Amino acid sequence: MDPELYNTLRHFADSWGLLAMFVFFLGVIVWALRPGSRKTHEDVAGIPFRNEDKPIAPDAADPARD
Amino acid sequence: MTNYLKLILLGVVAIFSLIAANYARDVSYMVHAIIIFLVTAGLFLWTLRQTDEPVPAKVLETSYLDGVVRYGVVATAFWGVVGFAVGTFIAAQLAFPVLNFDWAQGYMNFGRLRPLHTSAVIFAFGGNALIATSFYVVQRTSAARLWGGNLAWFVFWGYNLFIILAATGYLLGGTQSKEYAEPEWYVDIWLTIVWVAYLAVFVGTIVKRKEPHIYVANWFYLSFIITVALLHVVNNLSIPVSIWGSKSVQVFSGVQDAMTQWWYGHNAVGFFLTAGFLGMMYYFVPKQAERPVFSYKLSIVHFWALIFIYIWAGPHHLHYTALPDWASTLGMVFSIVLWMPSWGGMINGLMTLSGAWDKLRTDPIMRMLVISVGFYGMSTFEGPMMSIRAVNSLSHYTDWTIGHVHSGALGWNGMITFGALYFLTPKLWNRERLYSLSLVSWHFWLATIGIVLYAASMWVTGIMEGLMWREVDANGFLVNSFADTVSAKFPMYVVRALGGGLYITGAIIMCYNLWMTVKRAPAVEASAAAAHAHPAE
Repeated sequence: MDPELYNTLRHFADSWGLLAMFVFFLGVIVWALRPGSRKTHEDVAGIPFRNEDKPIAPDAADPARD
Repeated sequence: MTNYLKLILLGVVAIFSLIAANYARDVSYMVHAIIIFLVTAGLFLWTLRQTDEPVPAKVLETSYLDGVVRYGVVATAFWGVVGFAVGTFIAAQLAFPVLNFDWAQGYMNFGRLRPLHTSAVIFAFGGNALIATSFYVVQRTSAARLWGGNLAWFVFWGYNLFIILAATGYLLGGTQSKEYAEPEWYVDIWLTIVWVAYLAVFVGTIVKRKEPHIYVANWFYLSFIITVALLHVVNNLSIPVSIWGSKSVQVFSGVQDAMTQWWYGHNAVGFFLTAGFLGMMYYFVPKQAERPVFSYKLSIVHFWALIFIYIWAGPHHLHYTALPDWASTLGMVFSIVLWMPSWGGMINGLMTLSGAWDKLRTDPIMRMLVISVGFYGMSTFEGPMMSIRAVNSLSHYTDWTIGHVHSGALGWNGMITFGALYFLTPKLWNRERLYSLSLVSWHFWLATIGIVLYAASMWVTGIMEGLMWREVDANGFLVNSFADTVSAKFPMYVVRALGGGLYITGAIIMCYNLWMTVKRAPAVEASAAAAHAHPAE
């Protein structure tokens, strides 16, 4: 492999690439812990206890679009 | 119309594989060509008989596609017993070398059977469990039938054909000698096709979901499918020597090849055996405990932390090698940081039982799931510790590594899969309950005692041989020869084989119990089923 390409990628990886991933990761934590998310998370945690036997019919109102 | 295209494709492949069997340069390739011929010729006849028959009514979108999950449950139980049997046999071979029979040299000696064991338990047992449970879970948590119609069946049969090709290849010497990635180039290409279909079915189902949110189990399953695709393709970049032979040459060489291999190898552990099985944990533990996961917020942090960190941990397999020190230090640091998300996930799984701890006493399936999460915590503590360079200088190349792998594989992956099979079988075959809960208890204790014997004997023998290898006398000469360590390990090897024997006995009891559940356990009555289904809506 071209050594210059290696050097370029390496410098990107330990500077801006590292920073971008770190900021993204912090963003995820802040997003998960954001105020007001409790109600959403309680609803989502209940997903395994719904629709056990059959799917929501395709022609039913689509809750994903509400 | 599509049937004509299928017939052309199957016919071409069948004829090509006959030609390939004729020109084959090695026996593994020839046997594979014959297997592929038999499969494609059989499918050709089957498709031909269905062509121009009346087309059955359109698939109902009002039910889940569970047939493929039922097949997956059977395949998981079957491959589990096969993989454990081979493992117990090779454990006995190590203790009693006479079991490397003269008449089977070159086919059934330890070197040929060992990759058969690892692939059978990881890819055949674990892989079928992951495919079956992911299909079950993604449908329920998306409230949508599997996307792609019969594509899910292609994934199931295609994956099991891959396993047959891999297993027969190992026995006949068709291997590229990369750990956990032994299958040769054409088997790798086939797995890539199957895996892309798997990804399509899974993502397609998520896209057409009726629940607004994607449940956390699906995040784990999806990361497992995508990462394994990436790992598999990059680690298997190779050029075949001939299109008529199984031998291929790796594109990478030297330390780059080693690093690629362990980037693959460790993330096979991280994403196949951890992320995928965490998807199982986040569905089956709440379901069996009948309460939602302890903290959904923690599960989100668990997911992102795990996938951000695991991908860097591979270099810890290459301490004291030609790999630069900075790279193996990086792998070591990330392995230690990984301890935190792992334990976060373990706490999340265990605390899901808070307020329902009595189930541990009354429900042996719950006990199985909980001990599995416990073993997850134990082996994710042991792993980071062993990745530290100083500890690794003692543990590497010893049986301690084998013990660590098995406390994770038998304890975490095995136990959670058994729990999932016990949960799924009554549901999928419409039974009220399992045939026998006391047989589940027998399975639980046999498996647990088996793992304890296995792990404890490997700790003793691993640390012992590590110390014996490095022991020097006053003049700086090594005290022990390699053969000294081999004979010193004999009692521990017998205990290890005994542990394996207990574990497979438990698995056979499970197979009997599941079989009797399907045959004998009372069916859910239609009215009861309707009453049960109603409040869920």
